[in-house]
Amino acid sequence: MKLLTHNMLTSHVKGVTKGYPLLIKATEVKVNEVEFNPQFVSRMIPKLEWSALVQAAEELGHRQDLPGELVADYETNEEFLKKVHRILLEVEVLEGCLQCPESGREFPISRGIPNMLLNEDEA
Amino acid sequence: MASSCRRPEHTAPPDVFYNEEEAKKYSQNSRMIEIQTQMSERAVELLNLPEGQPCFLLDVGCGSGLSGDYLSEEGHYWVGVDISNAMLDVALDREVEGDLLLGDMGQGMPFRSGTFDGCISISALQWLCNADKKSHSPPKRLFTFFSTLYSSLTRGARAVFQLYPENSEQLELITSQAMKAGFSGGMVVDYPNSSKAKKFFLCLFAGVTGVLPKGLGSETSDRAVPNQVQYSGQRCRFKNMKGKSVKKGRDWIIEKKERRRRQGRDVRADTKYTGRQRRPHF
Repeated sequence: MKLLTHNMLTSHVKGVTKGYPLLIKATEVKVNEVEFNPQFVSRMIPKLEWSALVQAAEELGHRQDLPGELVADYETNEEFLKKVHRILLEVEVLEGCLQCPESGREFPISRGIPNMLLNEDEA
Repeated sequence: MASSCRRPEHTAPPDVFYNEEEAKKYSQNSRMIEIQTQMSERAVELLNLPEGQPCFLLDVGCGSGLSGDYLSEEGHYWVGVDISNAMLDVALDREVEGDLLLGDMGQGMPFRSGTFDGCISISALQWLCNADKKSHSPPKRLFTFFSTLYSSLTRGARAVFQLYPENSEQLELITSQAMKAGFSGGMVVDYPNSSKAKKFFLCLFAGVTGVLPKGLGSETSDRAVPNQVQYSGQRCRFKNMKGKSVKKGRDWIIEKKERRRRQGRDVRADTKYTGRQRRPHF
């Protein structure tokens, strides 16, 4: 699971109102090289929850020098876009689990695929 | 033969039906791959994405990622959701570029609002119309799916579903639940006059009402003058015979005599003269 997906994922357990951001408990993380596409990254930035992204990067130990606040001129700042690109698309969680902040429900991740299936009483 | 005529939805739930064996077909059977790719191409065409812009898309029922491959080819980024573990394993083996999730579309899409620029789904939606568990209610699951999908799309985004509807009631159920969830749009039928190439696409708009695109291959029926009789050369003389012999022929007479014999009536024996015409008299 890439952090871009994590930034968009919410918990959909019955009764949970916000369920965001999901906590990452990772046991295996991999960095995959992905082609850099500045246009896509700058398109995605306004959609991101920046604080959740920084928090997730911190949890995985891949924050490096990612600023805590969004840079104002991100569209032209290629160096910044590259950093965001690395966090969003290259860092992948392979094994571990995601935890809903409200209900505490855990969604296991195996081989990079989060299992978001709910039990009958949670749907 | 009988099993191939049955619809897969009737045999087992999707997470059971798409086992390793079925999943293998999607990476090895070139015909299946070709059809899936063609349908994804058409679905993306119907999405009407802005040209030259990489988009973030959702693929519901992504399976082995065949449709996703096409999205990556077009330069888009995607997230795929599927309920079958075996299919996702095939997708992992094929090293697809999108991110994968194991999830049930009937339980809703677990995404933040305004995430995706579009959604495609190839041959998945009809699975939602079946209740595989006692607790499943197809209308409710459809509504949950559509309403969560609606919120996860950006304003003005489209969702295109290729589906194999079983009957018109099913189609109506699907469209009515989608409208209830706030979508506008409707069905686009490609090649409506062909039984094999006919394809149904449910084309939904989130937020903005758009003009429904035209289905492929429907031009011929549009152009025809409506007050003319079509297929006038078609012969329908023997249409309703259903395997019976032509009346007044020798076979028909023999069959009829046989029938009467079975009824216990007095019938002349069959000879070489049976069913022949009498010689002409002056």
